[in-house]
Amino acid sequence: MNLDFSDDQKYLQEEARKFFEKEGGLSNARKVMDQSQDADHELWNKIVELGWTAIRIPEAYEGLGLGHLELCVIAEELGRSLAPVPFSSSVYFFTEALIKYGSEEIKAELLPKLVSGEVVGTYAIAEDFHQATESNLQVASANNDLNGIKIAVPDAGLASHMVVVATSSQGAELRLVNLKDPSVTVSPQKNIDTSKAFFKVAFNNTPSQLLGQSGQGWEYIQHLLDQAAVLFAFEQVGGSQAALDMAKAYSLERFAFGRQIGSYQAIKHKLADMYIAITLAKSNCYYGAWALSAESSELSLAAATARVSSTKAFQLCSKENIQTHGGNGFTWEYDCHMFYKRSKVLSVLLGSEATWKEKLVANLEKTNTLVKE
Amino acid sequence: MDFNDTPDQAKFRATCREWLEANAALKEGTSNAHGELSLENHLKTSKEWQKKKYDAGWAMLHWPKEYGGREATPIERIIWGQEEAKFNVPGGIFEIGLGMCGPVMMQYATEEQKNRYLAPMAEGKEIWCQLFSEPSAGSDVAGLRSKAEKDGDEWIINGQKVWTSGAHYSDFGILVVRHDPDIAKHKGLTFFFVDMKSPGITVKPIKQITGQAGSGSGFNEVYFDDVRIPDSQRLGKIGDGWKVAITTLMNERLAVGDARGSDIEEALTLSKTKDDAGEALIKNDAVRERLADWFCEANGLKYTKFRTISALSKGEAPGPEASITKIVSANKLQSIGNFGIDAGDMAGMLIDEDEGVSSFQGAWLGAPGLRIAGGTDEILRNVIAERVLGLPQDPRADKGLAFKDIPTKV
Repeated sequence: MNLDFSDDQKYLQEEARKFFEKEGGLSNARKVMDQSQDADHELWNKIVELGWTAIRIPEAYEGLGLGHLELCVIAEELGRSLAPVPFSSSVYFFTEALIKYGSEEIKAELLPKLVSGEVVGTYAIAEDFHQATESNLQVASANNDLNGIKIAVPDAGLASHMVVVATSSQGAELRLVNLKDPSVTVSPQKNIDTSKAFFKVAFNNTPSQLLGQSGQGWEYIQHLLDQAAVLFAFEQVGGSQAALDMAKAYSLERFAFGRQIGSYQAIKHKLADMYIAITLAKSNCYYGAWALSAESSELSLAAATARVSSTKAFQLCSKENIQTHGGNGFTWEYDCHMFYKRSKVLSVLLGSEATWKEKLVANLEKTNTLVKE
Repeated sequence: MDFNDTPDQAKFRATCREWLEANAALKEGTSNAHGELSLENHLKTSKEWQKKKYDAGWAMLHWPKEYGGREATPIERIIWGQEEAKFNVPGGIFEIGLGMCGPVMMQYATEEQKNRYLAPMAEGKEIWCQLFSEPSAGSDVAGLRSKAEKDGDEWIINGQKVWTSGAHYSDFGILVVRHDPDIAKHKGLTFFFVDMKSPGITVKPIKQITGQAGSGSGFNEVYFDDVRIPDSQRLGKIGDGWKVAITTLMNERLAVGDARGSDIEEALTLSKTKDDAGEALIKNDAVRERLADWFCEANGLKYTKFRTISALSKGEAPGPEASITKIVSANKLQSIGNFGIDAGDMAGMLIDEDEGVSSFQGAWLGAPGLRIAGGTDEILRNVIAERVLGLPQDPRADKGLAFKDIPTKV
């Protein structure tokens, strides 16, 4: 039994944590938030230099050829520091889409540029304020031209390319688009977490390339979502832990009625519940990490479990961190709201908690997976 | 990252398995035929199984070799436990003796006493129990009031213990009592072991909210009425009772408390098979949401345990993650039990004439007790807050007071 990361992976995590601390921790997200930027470009360039965008890219394409577990440990640190960079969009989603479904030509052209940072990718699914399904897609492709509007697209300001799920006469397709093409209009959309940028992307006879097979696009996107859900879950756990650490530090420093508020059971039990939620989420993440790295048929169930569990943990920890801080927690000055908002954004970014619970139960319905050893 | 044994662990598992296969029958499904035996038969089969294990060297894996153990590593204990659990064998009645009383005797008893008591305990000839909790000392167990008065070479014990598992069939017990109420709470305690057949001891089974008494978890009240214990049966110095008790409780904590009973599998099976207005229950969205929540908890606990085992497997000290186990599993049990009863709709409260109390009803009735035993939900949250997160203890109203001056009422 070895449900743990290797020493090398733990070392990588430690290095990642030190890197974000050295670079200023939450101050980067705050800078983006206060100055209405789309991302911290400087921090992103440093991440590219560290080689993190190359982790999953095979050596034949100038990457490092490592597995998903290395991404998991970095994801936790990204989550802890709320790093305002397009790492998740470009690495968890875009890069994986190309590795898995890109033609040899596409891979040879783009993967080395993802390593060098010349190309930054993102993905587009949502079109309206409801759950996207294969049958309600409006963005359509015909003769390799794409038309329609995607919304709530993360990181499209910094990205040069994107994968898009679109409908076609053959069914859903996953398509690659160059965002620099003049037929694409990218416009920022306001959102509740200004440390992360979202965009509306409009296609007007935009040239695009098919990834994989026509008609398989919806299956592809589900698989990419499952993979990304595990990595996002690690980000959520990192964020949850940071919120708990913050609540704990404040409860030790703040006095009320002559004693530390952390000595009151009302606060102690609140924080214990946060610890319980994080521990469950983290263990579910380890299961997800295993399923992801072993390319297990349990990935869909494992991903949904990790995602639901981590979404709950981050929402609990971030909201109760504010309450633990009392009035201070409601100010712009204190960092509590940054976790609160990021937790909400991450909880809907890949689809709502209800959507993933449904996915979880649908998996339980069709399998006989048992929890007991 | 994998779920495999190391070569050494695989070898040990094969050795366990080989002996078990030669000496016991594999379980069919999840049933355990020994669960339905009368107490008398349960004791008999348990003692026989323990003796068999003892003779082959499988009785108390973690004990030192000099007392007949194997000095097994924690991971070897887990492997044995996993394998033994697959067989239809009785269990439970020796856990307190082997897990708590044995280690405390090893540490504090004389050589002569160890020679006299440890082998029969390990062999299953003599059963031991633990006499700590009292009617007015539950979470605050150091607040216990049973008295010990010195009389020559003997102590005279008066008072009452409660929630003593197995007292009605135990031969010996370990006991904490107060020898001095005029000094501070934790300082006035002394630790003994006692022959449960001593004159003046009365054992009364507790009738629980489940309606059971003497069977099931087998809790008792134990009354001490001028019970005489020789001073030679004192474990540790006079006044060291709390220190000795803590050692015992630390040993208890090594056994991870997973609330057994109806879990997600049963809830899922019920949801798939139970008719709900013409459709399977699982088609109900409210049910689906709850199944998702329970699965996240059950799966989270399973992999939390795997993380602990992984650390032990590498010879490392596990992290504090196992501290969430009981609080999560007991509450989940209560919630799943509740769901199973609800599934019967207007007739959910009825007990089946042939089958008796359903496992869901049993879970719902038993769960409140599991949320108390071995640390209430509230105490466990305090433990997580103080020992894992490092938050301060609550201010105590009994600090610096002699025990007799500690307030007990308004």
